[in-house]
Amino acid sequence: MKQEYTITVYTENQVGLLNRIAIIFSRRKINVESLNTSPTEVESVHRFTIVIDETEEVVKKLCRQIEKQVDVLKAYYNTNEEIIWQELALYKVPTDVIAEEVKVERLLREHGASAVVIRKDYTVFQVSGHREETENLIKVLEPYGLIEFVRSARVAIIKDSNGFHEKLKEFEHQQPREEVIENEYLNKGQTIFTM
Amino acid sequence: MITTEATEDKAAAAAKVTINITGSEAVLKALITEDVKTIFGYPGGAIMPIYDALYDYNDRLKHILVRHEQGAIHAAQGFARSSGEVGIVFATSGPGATNLVTGLADAMIDSTPLVCITGQVFAHLLGSDAFQETDIINITTPVTKWNYQITDPSEIPSVLAKAFYIAKTGRPGPVLIDITKNAQLQKFDYEGYTKCDHIRSYRPKPIIRKEPIIEAASLINAAKKPFVIFGQGVILGSAENEFKAFIEKGGFPAAWTILGMSAIPTDHPLAVGMLGMHGNYAPNVFTNDCDVLIAIGMRFDDRVTGRLDKYAKQAKIIHLDIDPSEIDKNVKTEISIWGDCKETLPLLTKLIEEKQHTEWLNEFRKLEAKEVEVVINDELNPTTEKLSMGEVIKTINEITKGDAILVTDVGQHQMITCRYAKYSKSRSNITSGGLGTMGFALPAAIGAKFGAPDRTVIAIIGDGGIQMTIQELGTIMQSKINVKIVILNNEFLGMVRQWQQLFHEKRYSFVDITSPDYVQVAKGYYISGNKISKREELIDAITTMLNHDGSYLLEIMVGKENNVFPMVPQGCSVSEIRLK
Ligand SMILES: Cc1ncc(C[n+]2csc(CCOP(=O)(O)OP(=O)(O)O)c2C)c(N)n1
Repeated sequence: MKQEYTITVYTENQVGLLNRIAIIFSRRKINVESLNTSPTEVESVHRFTIVIDETEEVVKKLCRQIEKQVDVLKAYYNTNEEIIWQELALYKVPTDVIAEEVKVERLLREHGASAVVIRKDYTVFQVSGHREETENLIKVLEPYGLIEFVRSARVAIIKDSNGFHEKLKEFEHQQPREEVIENEYLNKGQTIFTM
Repeated sequence: MITTEATEDKAAAAAKVTINITGSEAVLKALITEDVKTIFGYPGGAIMPIYDALYDYNDRLKHILVRHEQGAIHAAQGFARSSGEVGIVFATSGPGATNLVTGLADAMIDSTPLVCITGQVFAHLLGSDAFQETDIINITTPVTKWNYQITDPSEIPSVLAKAFYIAKTGRPGPVLIDITKNAQLQKFDYEGYTKCDHIRSYRPKPIIRKEPIIEAASLINAAKKPFVIFGQGVILGSAENEFKAFIEKGGFPAAWTILGMSAIPTDHPLAVGMLGMHGNYAPNVFTNDCDVLIAIGMRFDDRVTGRLDKYAKQAKIIHLDIDPSEIDKNVKTEISIWGDCKETLPLLTKLIEEKQHTEWLNEFRKLEAKEVEVVINDELNPTTEKLSMGEVIKTINEITKGDAILVTDVGQHQMITCRYAKYSKSRSNITSGGLGTMGFALPAAIGAKFGAPDRTVIAIIGDGGIQMTIQELGTIMQSKINVKIVILNNEFLGMVRQWQQLFHEKRYSFVDITSPDYVQVAKGYYISGNKISKREELIDAITTMLNHDGSYLLEIMVGKENNVFPMVPQGCSVSEIRLK
């Protein structure tokens, strides 16, 4: 069954890596719904957040292809239940309309919008939240002459992640230590073979 | 000279003394420290500083001047495949670099370790559409294991060290390093060259886990009809002996993919032939009859599996591979053993019971007899007036006793060679498997000979493929390398014609290809040659070719409309393989 998955990729900060990752999707004609690049809590490590609508089977294979890239440290995928996520949206509306129609101000407040810039000719509001939330406000503002709308890519925190500091220490070792699970999908057991 | 070089370098590194050298010199010092002996290349504007430095290193690094950069990269592939070492290519920017793309794609899909060094315009000109500037990094991203652009000479030692490490470890593959002209020219403080042995974001092979091996062993021990299928992973991992020990202890019938061929001698008592579209009858049929299928160092390519939803559905599948992205990619496995098969196979061998599956093996032999009767006899001992490709290969087998390296191009002659060749040594079957690149064989054979100078190298090429890279006869002429060239001329683009005959009502659309007088062409390059079309001439002609001191071209006219059988038609299951 297709559903929304958020892929989190930890990488080295390398020019060209964005392309390497992007073509893994485009080669398979998979539409990327959202893509964000960001620094992480670890200096020198970058984080890609990618949203696609696919089956788990496909997402799993994509993650393996991503992880296969030399400069990729780790790729995870999660369903929406497993993450905390937000998108930021900006709305530009004519200032006179807002000033005149008290209703609009109330609507904006109801949607948790806050003003970023207020000028004589226009005002820019921002909302952060899930896609439906930012999308709803478009419909609400349209009758009042919405001038411009833009939404950012998704950023997401994995609920049960401990961050990347510890993981990175594992990668710094030339040989993985015994207890390290190198591949969550393949290492069923954890015992190392000794003869 | 070499020792002085290395000692100097080591001393410099130890004493933390730096020497002021150009980026170009650093490139060559890297190659020497990595023990490179042979480079295949072609100069041009943006790589001239490296070629200038090479002028002084001529005694330590052998450079083979090819006739086209595609020739350089296929030669480097042939070199890597016959020697097991990393193949090295030099090319200039722009057209020089783009001419490498086919070879990179070929090396990527066939896991061949290469380091390609391309020149690039000055860093300050990047992105300005400068003369001979192409964005080779982005062009080659999907067809390289790793690529990187160097714009500062101080990056050269560490980046090249990474390049070699990435190319040859884990699942091998091609790496391309693009170096801007300023980085080649500028001097910097060189601190010596340290080989790379760790990259934190890259784990070439995992430590081996116990559970899957124990589970696999118990599955194998309970099997009534176990069947081993293997690919190039066995050769790439230098695990030929470990593999043999494994199948011999368990008494498993074993079939190879086209790239796995020659990992065990073709006449090994447990060998049951080649898998796939034009493979042997028995291994294809019994893929859908075995109870445990043990796949080793192979990737279930569609030419091997045929229709996936009817592939080995009755069997429990065990997959051993070094590349985790291959596991469960095409075929769902019961047990996966992730790791280098040189390490995993001995562990598994230890746990399996010593057995012989005589009856099961006999089933293979029975189908084999049927294939001999319906297909092989006619191919190897034809009664037709025209020669068959099969009898040429049979004659080569008899004269070389299976000791030669056969390098094939792509088409019917490739399938016939791989079906009928006899090999006694590993790394003997060199062919473009995954990409099916026509034009591969002639340059790859040149490289294969440089990689294995003591072995006889015979290129077997169709009349179509030879005309794709025929200019490399010039490389043979100039380098005086000894390769034997057999052209199997059926006056058609045979493989395409066969499909048109079988699936397009014999509508022969543009497969009728004419040829020059190859013997005259060879003569023009000062290469001896001969052309034959009669059965009586065959043994003598091949003997003369093999005994000739130096390269030799032998054109053999064969039946025009012969077909390669058996065949698994596209969209069919492997067990629906057609004998005619
Ligand atoms: C570069 C390239 N172009 C086209 C093809 C498609 N193709 C596959 S086999 C073949 C015919 C090869 O003819 P020839 O070299 O005469 O060999 P034969 O099949 O007759 O032995 C063609 C055109 C290919 N594999 N590679």
